[in-house]
Amino acid sequence: MPSVKLKKHAPDNDMTPFVDIAFLILSFFIMATKFKPEEPVEVTTPNSVSSQALPEKDAFMVSIDKDGRVFVSMDNPQARQLLISNLNTTRNLGLTPAEIKNFINAPSVGVPFSQMKSLLSLDPEDENNKNAIKAQPGIPCADSTGGELYYWVRDALVAYSGKKLNLLIKSDNSTKYPAFKNVLNAFKKNDQNKFLLVTSPEDAPAGSALFVTRQKQISGGK
Amino acid sequence: MASIDSGGDGGGHKKGPGVKKAKKMSTKVDMTPMVDLGFLLITFFIFTSTMSQPTAMNLFMPKDVDKPEDQNKVKESGAFTIMLGKDDVVYYYQGLDPTQIQTATFKSIREEIIRKKQSTNPEDLVMIIKPTEDATYKNTVDILDEMTINEIKRYAMVDISDTEMQLIRATEAAAGIK
Repeated sequence: MPSVKLKKHAPDNDMTPFVDIAFLILSFFIMATKFKPEEPVEVTTPNSVSSQALPEKDAFMVSIDKDGRVFVSMDNPQARQLLISNLNTTRNLGLTPAEIKNFINAPSVGVPFSQMKSLLSLDPEDENNKNAIKAQPGIPCADSTGGELYYWVRDALVAYSGKKLNLLIKSDNSTKYPAFKNVLNAFKKNDQNKFLLVTSPEDAPAGSALFVTRQKQISGGK
Repeated sequence: MASIDSGGDGGGHKKGPGVKKAKKMSTKVDMTPMVDLGFLLITFFIFTSTMSQPTAMNLFMPKDVDKPEDQNKVKESGAFTIMLGKDDVVYYYQGLDPTQIQTATFKSIREEIIRKKQSTNPEDLVMIIKPTEDATYKNTVDILDEMTINEIKRYAMVDISDTEMQLIRATEAAAGIK
């Protein structure tokens, strides 16, 4: 029997397809990623069966953290500019143009008007100020007139006059109901009764009325 | 790493003495560091990304009215009041008599809602939601969600009255909830 000599191969595996796949996945994640914006408030939203997408534009968001601190944020820089200059004149904040610019770039703000100037004079890039920015006391709104949040809402509506403003409320799972009610109150005082609550998606429980309706919609749509 | 040098390459031809062997460079590039880097970046993006987009839930609040005559009247047969208490406990009663208070959990309240919905004329059915001061935001969203799940068309979120609050306090004390 002639012994067949096997040609010696280097144990060399071609990595190219591996690299291809790795970079394909990488490019997918780069494109699909939206960075978590750095917020001074940490909020875990509850789940709901609502399937409506959250509007990203023209939004005025009030966030309530688990201790009941209230923060506001707005997406549109032009509206932010209008809002802060309105507040500056009506509430006599005495802000400098640099501090106004600081507000426009700030993520969300939760201080009483009296501390507004000192918060906005901090340089957000400075590491030493990170703690001060995290430890904002929240906007006072715990009375029947809606407190200072009333003015925030009022001037946000002024800044958006003529356009539809989506009022978003984002609150933590363990926020107590009175904190939420105070925020609603501040909106109500401005004659605003339509809100969007920010939630995480969840499926309708099997067998429930909504589940049945959704099943019908799916089968009817085909 | 990926290619192990077996020493078999390029050793074939011998040249005369004194002739220096030109080292043949392999055209193969070792891809391993590139793969390493690629996967490192993938893990980074996986961890920093927010994949599930948040949804929005509609909430319509009634306008405050000064005169009680302007408010809608609720028929006794169709009223169903749900109160949200401490420690995720739900209290409910049918009709307009708060002394008929009963205790439920967020799991069992659905059956009660369905039972009420089936036994009542849909025209009259109104669910009244009254969160107490001890209720959390999650409780509120859960019960509003329950309205959507069971397709209750008419519901309202109102403040709790003193009588109801006292009844809840008494029930809580009896059940040992602090």
